[in-house]
Amino acid sequence: MNAIFLMLMGLGAMALGYFVYSKFICEKIFKVDPNFRTPAHEMQDGVDYVPTNKYILWGHHFTSVAGAAPIIGPAIAVIWGWVPAFLWVVFGTIFFAGVHDAGAIWASSRNKAKSIGALTGDIVGNRARSIFMIVIFLVLLMVNAVFAVVIAGQLISFPSATIPVWGAIVVALIIGQLIYRKNMSLLLVTIVGVVALYGMIYVGPMLPLALPEMVGPLSDNQSWIILLFVYAAIASLLPVWMLLQPRDYINGIQLFIGLILLYGAVLISGPDVVAPAFNNDVPEGTPSLIPLLFVTIACGAISGFHGLVSSGTTSKQLDKEPDVRFVGYFGAVGEGSLALAAIIAATAGFATLADWQAIYSGFGKGGVSAFITGGANILQAGIGLDTVLSQTLLTVMVVLFAGTTMDTGLRLQRYIFQEWGSIYNIGWMQKAAPATLLAVGSCLLLAFGAGGDGSGGLMIWPLFGTTNQLLAGLTLLVITVMLVKLRRPMWYTLAPLIFLLIMTTLGLLIQLKSFYDKGDWFLFTMDLIVLVAAILVSLECSSALNKQLKANKANPAAEEA
Amino acid sequence: MSLDKFKAWFRQASFYAEEAYNAPYRSAIARAKREQDDLFMLLIFSEMMGVPNPASYYTLELQPLLMERFHDWHIRMGMEHSPLDNVKCC
Repeated sequence: MNAIFLMLMGLGAMALGYFVYSKFICEKIFKVDPNFRTPAHEMQDGVDYVPTNKYILWGHHFTSVAGAAPIIGPAIAVIWGWVPAFLWVVFGTIFFAGVHDAGAIWASSRNKAKSIGALTGDIVGNRARSIFMIVIFLVLLMVNAVFAVVIAGQLISFPSATIPVWGAIVVALIIGQLIYRKNMSLLLVTIVGVVALYGMIYVGPMLPLALPEMVGPLSDNQSWIILLFVYAAIASLLPVWMLLQPRDYINGIQLFIGLILLYGAVLISGPDVVAPAFNNDVPEGTPSLIPLLFVTIACGAISGFHGLVSSGTTSKQLDKEPDVRFVGYFGAVGEGSLALAAIIAATAGFATLADWQAIYSGFGKGGVSAFITGGANILQAGIGLDTVLSQTLLTVMVVLFAGTTMDTGLRLQRYIFQEWGSIYNIGWMQKAAPATLLAVGSCLLLAFGAGGDGSGGLMIWPLFGTTNQLLAGLTLLVITVMLVKLRRPMWYTLAPLIFLLIMTTLGLLIQLKSFYDKGDWFLFTMDLIVLVAAILVSLECSSALNKQLKANKANPAAEEA
Repeated sequence: MSLDKFKAWFRQASFYAEEAYNAPYRSAIARAKREQDDLFMLLIFSEMMGVPNPASYYTLELQPLLMERFHDWHIRMGMEHSPLDNVKCC
């Protein structure tokens, strides 16, 4: 099987999904109306509510939702063979993620651009809203812990990336100052910044930098994790223009360059997929494909995190309602194509099946390293970039994404702690610094609690996937209830919702058993908490839908909207 | 490509770049600016609300300039009507 064929098939199917299925969903189910006055116009204030050009909004939406997760998930999941991962990414993008993302923007824009959390309260009920808050907190907690572990692992495996990774932060800081204080032309600064970043990537392999194996009582892995959290804590307290804004911007550019390079290299070299289509010979300890595949790949197939972005900022800037199709659905297609690139890199980037099996020696073993190693081999074969240089380039791409997510996540977690502080009237918890410390503390607890040396963080990857899917489930529930209220067909959102709930619950039960067998009581408790949340979400779903269906029956005279 | 065409292209590219840079953070930055402005407002009007301010001689001069924003400010601070007896804005 040639990777070019895989790539064309995947991209072609997703394009078909965009041109046909999204048209159907938006015109027939959501019935988007070009004359509807969106909140961006209705409540225009030049701050939050700003009608924005759809291409810019798409770029913004896509770069906020795309991160390291659509790379890590698929790169782990190809352990079951490339066919299951490929199918779930492609069909997930077409029938789940696209509908979910576009639906979240639509639902929010039809309700004064409220966030999905607030909408859950309005449309489903206050109890569902509380569950929503807890699920969000769990997602943030897990994503921070997992990403710290992933970054630390990559910095140890690829020490050539140390300088560009930390150097990128310095570049971002300088760009921020140049634009904010000196008011320099952005285009010029962009060019200088990108050249500086790629310059450092070029220098990186000449000056590989690694921590000593033991720093005091800590291993290098543990020290990296702690250093990363120190960085994220500081970054999350800085004003956004200083670091976050310029770095997000550079990351966005990097994302497009990375995608173009990878797909270009695949087209030129046309590597063969060496991984088996279905892996019948999975390493010991690999859980069963169903249901774990569907929680291992969350972002890239469907992710609840997108709903937060869609309803939080994107819906406030929507110029015309039909734009939801391009911004939301095509945003999901963009993310799907990133996941597809990850699958190709992790399955076609190896010379022989034995090489591939050596990397995928256990569940959670391949992952990002496989993406970086495989992707670098493809880049080398395709455009002749030196292997170590290619590895550095891809490591920087993944690490910068994960880093951005970490400090944004930490910032959001801090807000939640501060909000709890004000709800329960705890004065010190409302202050930024102590709330940040609490957030970092909880993440470190998870990163180290999952595995003594902090390396066990990847154990919680599927757990992170389940929480993310639960969040997506809640968003789909809001959309479905809205559709039922409007007396429109509900199965296009209800079917994915039911599928997700079944897969997450099964996944949680299977993991629960494996944690029990291992005697890992920490993760057992975590799993149990998520399981309770999943059951509560399912109950909320059935009761909210039943209530609405009964209300519809009781009042059959109401016109179809 | 003629120079004019290039200039037009450059302007277009600059517009997209600036929007891409600013759009995601417009609200966060505007909010931070508003917070600073609110503090400044409090300093300017502090004397009138019974908070002694050694620089009141100078702040008095700034008051008329900030009058326009006064209404929005006291609404935002959770006061339905103007807290000052001598300033009636609503």
